[in-house]
Amino acid sequence: MSATATHAGGHAAVADAEPLVLGDPSYTKVTADIAAPLERRAGIGWWIAFLLSATALGIGVVCAWITIATGIGTWGINRTVGWGFAITNFVFWVGIGHAGTLISAILLLLRQRWRTSIARAAEAMTIFAVICAGLFPIMHMGRPWYAYWFMPYPNTRGSLWQNFRSPLLWDMFAISTYFTVSLLFWYVGLIPDFGTMRDRARGLKKKIYGWLSLGWNGSARTWQRYEKASLMLASLATPLVVSVHTVVSFDFATSVIPGWHTTIFPPYFVAGAVFSGFAMVITLLTITRKVMGLEAYITDRHLELMSKVLLLTGMIVGFAYTTELFIAWYSGNPYEQFTFMNRAFGPYAWAYWLMFSCNVFVPQIFWFKRFRRSVPVLFVASLLVNVGMWFERFNIVVTSLHRDYLPSSWSMYAPSLIEVGIFIGSFGLFFTAYLLFTRVAPVVAFHEVKHTLAQQREDAHHE
Amino acid sequence: MRTMSSRIHTLAFDDPEVTLEAVKRLRAEGFSVVDVHSPFPVHGLEDALGWRETRLPWATFAGGALGVTVGLSLALYVHTVSWPLNIGGKTNTAIPGIVPVVFELGVLLAAFGTVIALLALGRLWPRLRPERGPGQPTPRVTDDRFVVLVAERDASFSPARFRALAEELRPTEVVEAWEVK
Repeated sequence: MSATATHAGGHAAVADAEPLVLGDPSYTKVTADIAAPLERRAGIGWWIAFLLSATALGIGVVCAWITIATGIGTWGINRTVGWGFAITNFVFWVGIGHAGTLISAILLLLRQRWRTSIARAAEAMTIFAVICAGLFPIMHMGRPWYAYWFMPYPNTRGSLWQNFRSPLLWDMFAISTYFTVSLLFWYVGLIPDFGTMRDRARGLKKKIYGWLSLGWNGSARTWQRYEKASLMLASLATPLVVSVHTVVSFDFATSVIPGWHTTIFPPYFVAGAVFSGFAMVITLLTITRKVMGLEAYITDRHLELMSKVLLLTGMIVGFAYTTELFIAWYSGNPYEQFTFMNRAFGPYAWAYWLMFSCNVFVPQIFWFKRFRRSVPVLFVASLLVNVGMWFERFNIVVTSLHRDYLPSSWSMYAPSLIEVGIFIGSFGLFFTAYLLFTRVAPVVAFHEVKHTLAQQREDAHHE
Repeated sequence: MRTMSSRIHTLAFDDPEVTLEAVKRLRAEGFSVVDVHSPFPVHGLEDALGWRETRLPWATFAGGALGVTVGLSLALYVHTVSWPLNIGGKTNTAIPGIVPVVFELGVLLAAFGTVIALLALGRLWPRLRPERGPGQPTPRVTDDRFVVLVAERDASFSPARFRALAEELRPTEVVEAWEVK
């Protein structure tokens, strides 16, 4: 029996009740629909969004310049809460990135067909989010022009080396590997689609897409290797995505600060990352599909499936919060107990309960199908989840540091204007990059959607 | 195959399953199908063409093994030979502390190995146009066409039988004869 038939047979039990591509378009129509937004001029909405993001980016650039020119003192770090905003933002942005890898790698390994329409945009989001994340540790060093000192390279300083046992160096290796592998995965996925764009474009565009598509010609031998390579990259990215946020959580967990030194951190961070990342994918895609008219490809069903992931990961995160509280009490360690009492009822209680409500209570509305399918509800909920996840990191960083073992070093923390400016700038960078991406590369992967469409037809045929 | 001088006939289809059936028929009738160009991978084609599975995963493995070796030897060299530091009284050869770095290097080089192998084997590099001739029968293969390439290798190829079969397979397009060096 041919592989195709077995494939279809294997899926018969879980045959898709609802199509993943609406309207059963022809393959040419798929190409035309997805390429259309790239081939016409940018609309007024795009320009407004672009100007807003570019302004935010500009604010960030000015603030970063002030930081670098004046010194890290502009971040108001002359107290015990050392890097309140920088580390909060760093962990937040790394987390955002994780949904992209989850969708493109883990769902690929699990043979989840619904990933195909959203994987491209999610991977792009990963790359831009990791860039935003990387800026914070680089700038928080104070002298970012020495950032290359992170790298182990033959130097003239005698036998002076990096400490491979330092969480900071783990971070450097984890984040840069994550960025590079995500970029490779993304680009490899784009090669066939750039080939399609090349064959549609004219003039200079044809040349540019021609170079980018590396002479792609859709040969079966190349497709065979291509599919294997995607599978290999997915199998590499899956442990990678888990390791990256685990390493980020080690930054905290290997220290001895109450509230940080806990064994639950790695899984808790990974779940939180997936949670916040999916929220950001929903935020971006609800807008993207509307603006670019891609409702037939990014369907309500896709949104519903993503909201189910939000519900699940939201509950994992909620479970982690309560486990933390339980373990703090059960440990019998007065410092640990104090930290958690302080989080819930101290001066930053508002931040704790904001986090708790946004992350644990808000996703509960997704038990109802009506809300899972309502774009406005999803959009607002995804924004709230991201607010909540940002505050989760804020809670971890700030409330653990502002009242530590020594009451003499207790203080309150509020970000300086410069810190806020850089935070706004990171959003500016993220959205500017995403908007530019929507203008140069197909937001939905042509070849994957066509493949899904073919399988969908085959399933319909076999039923 | 680009090795011998032969002619290539192409049959274009607009459906992956029909293409797959056509390939099976052609091979059953003794024609030599050298390649198929398609807008997306057609599953089952390797089997129908009698191709072996790609050995690309070996490149992944080689890259990963290299990464782990480099990571382990670099970190151990630094911490035992070049610059031993007393960190919490732990032995210099303690492995757990260097696991993150070794793991990340392994993944990084495995990914590089995979992508380099993919590009090298598929002859993909920045260039304006894909290879002409059997490489690019029609630009529509990146849109909605599935093109089957049949090589006219030797005297046993019968144009009459081929034409008859081609008619039976009902392709959307038939392009006859391409001289290949």
